[in-house]
Amino acid sequence: MSTSAETVGRKFNIDTVENAAKTPDTELPWAELGLKQNEFDEVVKVLGRRPTGAELAMYSVMWSEHCSYKSSKNHLRQFGEKVTDEMKKDMLVGIGENAGVTNLGDGWAVTFKIESHNSPSFVEPYQGAATGIGGIVRDIISMGARPVAVMDPLRFGAIDHPDTARVMHGAVAGIGGYGNSLGLPNIGGEMVFDSVYQGNPLVNALAVGVMRHEDIRLANASGKGNKVVLFGARTGGDGIGGASVLASESFDDTKPSKRPAVQVGDPFAEKVLIECCLELFKGSLVEGIQDLGAAGISCATSELASNGDGGMQVELTSVLLRDPTLTPGEILMSESQERMMAVVTPENIAAFEAVMDKWAVEYSWLGEVTDTGRLIITWEGEVIVDVDPRTVAHDGPVYDRPYARPEWQDSVQADSFTGSVQDAGRPAAPAELAAAVTELIASPNMCSKDWITNQYDRYVGGNTALAFPDDAGVVRVDEETGLGVALATDANGRYTYLDPYHGAQLALAEAYRNVATSGAVPMAVSDCLNFGSPEDPDVMWQLAEAIRGLSDACMVLGIPVTGGNVSLYNQTGTTPIHPSPVVAVLGKLDDVARRTPSGWREDGQAIYLLGTTAAELDGSEWANMRGHLGGLPPKVDLAAERALGEILINASRDGMVDSAHDLSEGGLAAALVESSLRYGVGARIALQDVMDRDGVDLFTALFSETQGRAVVGVPRSEEVRFTDMCTARGFAHTRIGVVDAASGQLEINGVDTLSLAALREAHEATLPKYFD
Amino acid sequence: MTELPLIGEAIAVAAHPQLAGAKIGVVTFPGTLDDRDAARAVRLAGGTAVPLWHADSALGDVDAVVIPGGFSYGDYLRAGAIARFAPLMSKIIDAANSDAKLPVLGICNGFQILTESHLLPGSMIKNDHLKFMCRDQVLRVENSNTAWTLDYEAGQEITVPLKNQDGQYIADEKVLDALEAEGRVVFRYVGFNPNGSRRDIAGISNAAGNVVGLMPHPEHAVEAGFGPASLDGIGGSDTDGLGFFTSVLNKIVGGAK
Repeated sequence: MSTSAETVGRKFNIDTVENAAKTPDTELPWAELGLKQNEFDEVVKVLGRRPTGAELAMYSVMWSEHCSYKSSKNHLRQFGEKVTDEMKKDMLVGIGENAGVTNLGDGWAVTFKIESHNSPSFVEPYQGAATGIGGIVRDIISMGARPVAVMDPLRFGAIDHPDTARVMHGAVAGIGGYGNSLGLPNIGGEMVFDSVYQGNPLVNALAVGVMRHEDIRLANASGKGNKVVLFGARTGGDGIGGASVLASESFDDTKPSKRPAVQVGDPFAEKVLIECCLELFKGSLVEGIQDLGAAGISCATSELASNGDGGMQVELTSVLLRDPTLTPGEILMSESQERMMAVVTPENIAAFEAVMDKWAVEYSWLGEVTDTGRLIITWEGEVIVDVDPRTVAHDGPVYDRPYARPEWQDSVQADSFTGSVQDAGRPAAPAELAAAVTELIASPNMCSKDWITNQYDRYVGGNTALAFPDDAGVVRVDEETGLGVALATDANGRYTYLDPYHGAQLALAEAYRNVATSGAVPMAVSDCLNFGSPEDPDVMWQLAEAIRGLSDACMVLGIPVTGGNVSLYNQTGTTPIHPSPVVAVLGKLDDVARRTPSGWREDGQAIYLLGTTAAELDGSEWANMRGHLGGLPPKVDLAAERALGEILINASRDGMVDSAHDLSEGGLAAALVESSLRYGVGARIALQDVMDRDGVDLFTALFSETQGRAVVGVPRSEEVRFTDMCTARGFAHTRIGVVDAASGQLEINGVDTLSLAALREAHEATLPKYFD
Repeated sequence: MTELPLIGEAIAVAAHPQLAGAKIGVVTFPGTLDDRDAARAVRLAGGTAVPLWHADSALGDVDAVVIPGGFSYGDYLRAGAIARFAPLMSKIIDAANSDAKLPVLGICNGFQILTESHLLPGSMIKNDHLKFMCRDQVLRVENSNTAWTLDYEAGQEITVPLKNQDGQYIADEKVLDALEAEGRVVFRYVGFNPNGSRRDIAGISNAAGNVVGLMPHPEHAVEAGFGPASLDGIGGSDTDGLGFFTSVLNKIVGGAK
């Protein structure tokens, strides 16, 4: 099956390189393909002639914002520059490949990455979200890894807006429908509702995979005479120009529907592709491999060729097609899912084909690696692309976009919640506080996410040790030793809106804290930077500040960014989303049996609050519930985060805590309720010591979102050892109560008693109310 | 035959010297998802798991077969509708119906394949609420005399995960009455019917009791730390599903003696 019968004899008016040289003045649709005048001029300059239609297709998608990072590249460099030796220690593959790879020890390596699939998920939520999972999973396979889990942070519009239900039902069903069919447990994520995301929902997807060190694969085409093969699904008309048309532009109601630019997923094809790739890796049958995602064959050929040591020659009519009417340009741009491209030595061809046949995967040999330094693509032998692959894949335009602190930033920061109109009638009496706690945990952002997570398979694989609603998802990697990884993703768009530099750091701090809470040692970071239009100096400032903040904080915490993705143009008209840097932190557990869940179970255990509490309500969930957004986000104290992390990790390793829950959105009130509801076990709490020490009232103690805090359950036998450790490290710790298994209540001094049954009902009723 | 691409090596279980000799085949279709889990369950129960590939034309010398969950060939048509025509399935059907009465367990997609293969009556349609559902489910063991339930007691309640989109068991009234009368309703949902299944039926057997199918996943409740009690805090145990596998292993070994 080396050539496709359908393509033989197809006749187009093929625009060859020869033709392009002879007809310099031919009008080309570069603007429709998303290129700007200066970018088109640059293509002409690079080639020394006008591009052919096929070359134009390649440059337009590869030079799009989505593929080239042209607006963010200058800033993203900091992730590679602000790196210490400590941070490099365990990094096996850094930024730039499909996904970074981190050393886990014992010969194991882990790779993970978070990506956006925002625009497709607004246009067509089911397929957009489904193919978001598919794409990130293929990135992981491309590194030589077996994918072992997925996560999906979601941000949608107002919970009661009619369009939110459309996006919610579609995206959740798509993530479930696709992910559940791959045999990958979904171990966590986020769900945030805010009207700023109404026209620009954020659907981010994370995948994590593991491999032995020797199985790490890179995307490069080396070795003259090695064969280039395309395998997996056939190439169709779906997703043509998706990267350039959708992801790099803002939505505008006046243009025609963009539905055809969304890809359609086939999870069964992806599942088979996973198994088939793993068998290829096991037999060492591929020299280089690249998944086909954004920009399809354009991306795969140019990246493989430019990362290798020579060139590549490919015959495009050999591509197996679903739609035989596709033009060469469309074939090059198609974003049909479930496809991979690999480089295979001539000796391995037969073995490669045997694996394909076993899994009934279609494949076609497209061409070979050359030593010309050129990427040559032919159509029935006629040259339609003749480029230096680097100019396509790596030398795209880079913009130093103007940015400036927005004029409104000062007035927003001056508008504190405390004392504002919305702060009137702050709860103080026991009944008011009980009502406030209940209102908080039933609110859209704090309510139970079971409605979503119960549509995902968290069990498949048999290695899930923790999953939502625990602070981090934990998956076992090695069944002999119990070695495993923990993952958490976090972002707070409101904090980042109030202060992008610190807001991004807070996202990192929270993800770091969540991983440490599970007992895992944080090791690496992947980020998905969701922002508005970089052509708006206000937004560009938010982006620049967020990247600067994040890279600075990574230095302090000692964990490197190993990969990620930037999603810009998330705005409707001139209104951008809140800047939303979603940060994923990966940690390592030597034995997942020692992981710490977020809820308490054992009667009589002591409950400790770690860290101190300040009056920090600006940007909080409580302020959000009251319709206020202003002031300054909670203070960042990375040294405290690191100290807290070490306490939680040591306590887990030495069996000093049985439960741990970080404090973040919703503060102590949310953590106490969630820790009680986790296993349906109540507690008696008194916060007087905290209030006296920190000089805060009960409301503030419960609802402030001061960082660097956690609440832990300590067995009586371990109390002395645990408090000694905190004292030795100079970390504030207060005994705030005791687990009360028999009561079925959460009793907080000064707050009317809350029955767990009533709390659970309030917590779990919200999503079904809006979406069932 | 294919090698199951496991993550890590098999867990080192001190295999029961007698049980380890019992071989349980685990069938893998291209879209099977829970094959590694089923193999792990067999190992944790003390037996030896033997990988079986859908395209194989021989069963080999396995003493029992598990058809795990997943999406066999994608199941875009109807769950299990194509899988029943796999070369290996005809061997399984013959062996299950033979005098030797090969024990066969179909879990989730495996149950769907068994009904499509007419080894078990009835059929599965989409959940009544139309969504995929993953939850920990309490089941009552109604019949402890099948090959796969000997280690349970009749009336015993167990908690195992349930996860599916097409889990609503249906059959006509006559078939349902017959199943009840013959004691072939092996498992019933307790407390909550997660998919609208007729008469809360979660699993059934053939007349001889060697073929059992159920929608919930006992192979996800076999290891401390990774079952419902640990993950969701529901049920008292992580390992309520282990009895399926010890039941068949004990039967095989006992029969061999």
